[in-house]
Amino acid sequence: MSYDAEPIPLHTRRARFDPAGELRRLSAQGPVTRVSLAPGPGDRPLWLVTGYQEVRQVLGDQARFSTGRRFGPRTPAGGHDGHRPDDGIGLLMDYDPPEHTRLRRMLTPEFTVRRMRRLQPRIEALVTECLDTMERAGPPADLVELFASAIPGPVLCELIGVPRDDRGDFLRRCHAHLGTGRGRQERTAAGSAFTRYLAALVARQRKDPDHGFLGTLVRDHGPEFTDKELRGICVLLMLAGLDNISGMLGLGALALLENPGQLAVVRDDPEAMDRAVEELLRYLSVPHAPTPRTAVEDVTLGGKLIRAGETLVCSIPMANRDPALIAEPDRLDVTREPVPHVAFGHGIHHCLGAALARMELRIAYTALLRRFPALRLATPAEDVVFRVRSTAYGVERLPVAW
Amino acid sequence: MEVRVDRDRCAGSGLCVSYAPEVFDQSEDDGKVLLKEPLPGTGAAGAVRAMAARCPTGAITVHGHGHAHGHGHGEPAAPREPSEAV
Ligand code: HEM
Ligand code: HEM
Repeated sequence: MSYDAEPIPLHTRRARFDPAGELRRLSAQGPVTRVSLAPGPGDRPLWLVTGYQEVRQVLGDQARFSTGRRFGPRTPAGGHDGHRPDDGIGLLMDYDPPEHTRLRRMLTPEFTVRRMRRLQPRIEALVTECLDTMERAGPPADLVELFASAIPGPVLCELIGVPRDDRGDFLRRCHAHLGTGRGRQERTAAGSAFTRYLAALVARQRKDPDHGFLGTLVRDHGPEFTDKELRGICVLLMLAGLDNISGMLGLGALALLENPGQLAVVRDDPEAMDRAVEELLRYLSVPHAPTPRTAVEDVTLGGKLIRAGETLVCSIPMANRDPALIAEPDRLDVTREPVPHVAFGHGIHHCLGAALARMELRIAYTALLRRFPALRLATPAEDVVFRVRSTAYGVERLPVAW
Repeated sequence: MEVRVDRDRCAGSGLCVSYAPEVFDQSEDDGKVLLKEPLPGTGAAGAVRAMAARCPTGAITVHGHGHAHGHGHGEPAAPREPSEAV
């Protein structure tokens, strides 16, 4: 069976900006339901958590809901399907305390709001470059190719210190690894190549640390990280920050273009942008689900008995559309008072890149609307193709004019 | 109103620092929350309650005169969390 013919897993199904009807029907039965995500050989039933409170309960209780337990004793961390166990070393979201605490404690200071602000001028320059290219290309242009997908890669390279000359090949491989509809061999080859590249980058910084992210980590905590941990952390940063940001930029632009009144609010008032970003994060909920959790002991959740060893998948889009979180959850309103949405997760694995992501989204949306005040879709809204087979939801292409 | 922070819980998202910089700071050393003003004036009350509700690890709590899960006019929804009751 070719990749495209495989069923789309239940928890990733959507209807344009909304969670799919089948997810809504499930959640009407209760906040926690036993389902098969992709019926077929090899698929095992698991618990789908769709209620806001229950999602917070699961993500907020690492003692009872582990991310590391899904790997056998021989693969202490990592080891996604198709990944060698070795590839998983350093992938933070697959670790439980105390190992998670050890790694995260060293990383958190590198991702503070203040640290991220230092990147602001670089991000602004990268966004300007993308907009220049788009302007030169002239309308109609694909906003995904020239803007949404063009921004996050270079920003992450800036963060971890991939030199400009290396970025083209390196980013092509990152995208090829995440790229859906590609063969397994091609994805493995791309994954191995960028992993090797990052290992070499780590080795160079060990020898001669600079004042960037990796150099600082090596100077402050050198002996506390193994090379493979550092490599894995770089792999994770690259892969965690691409699809989420490109999804938010593409879908967010579409959502605003379909709601001209709201677009006008954020275009004309820079102060309104922070709220708009929070509301777009909530409303669009581009990551379908955080890392699956495994129950460590028997536990009752949302009225269901979860047995030790069973798997739970939390639906971010459903939790963020729960009336327990917000009134009129299905309405996009960029002027809302921000609410504690779970688009960045919750608890100890809460997104390490949240401050960077918020800043990047704010800079990029603001610059886009300023450069092209008359931005409009250059295709009927019904023809927009959504990006469904990826870790984060988005649009495949978005033809625009101005 | 008295604000307390639990630095063990803090995941360093920096949200509180961005929205209520007069009350919260973020340490250069460990990236975690620092409390600049444990007894903020009424002017900051709304922002502080909102931060208590939005903190991704429940590391911020508000005590005295109303609750973290307040019910004032114009406040954000402040969902109750059974495991993290103030
Ligand atoms: C809009 C953009 C983004 C969204 C919506 C997002 C969402 C998330 C979510 C939901 C989690 C929790 C995963 C879990 O509980 O299993 C997470 C974790 C993480 N994110 Fe993000 N993310 C975004 C951007 C970024 C960026 C730009 C970076 C890198 C600079 C990043 C790095 C990470 C890392 C390292 C973790 C793992 C943290 C841990 O396990 O302690 N993310 N993100
Ligand atoms: C944070 C790090 C990584 C993330 C987030 C990630 C993400 C993914 C995702 C989402 C898939 C698709 C899974 C599916 O279709 O069900 C995948 C597949 C794959 N990844 Fe990774 N990956 C990471 C690191 C790596 C590394 C370092 C390698 C090393 C070579 C690698 C090799 C592969 C291979 C071979 C597949 C294909 C599996 C299959 O089709 O069955 N990945 N990865």
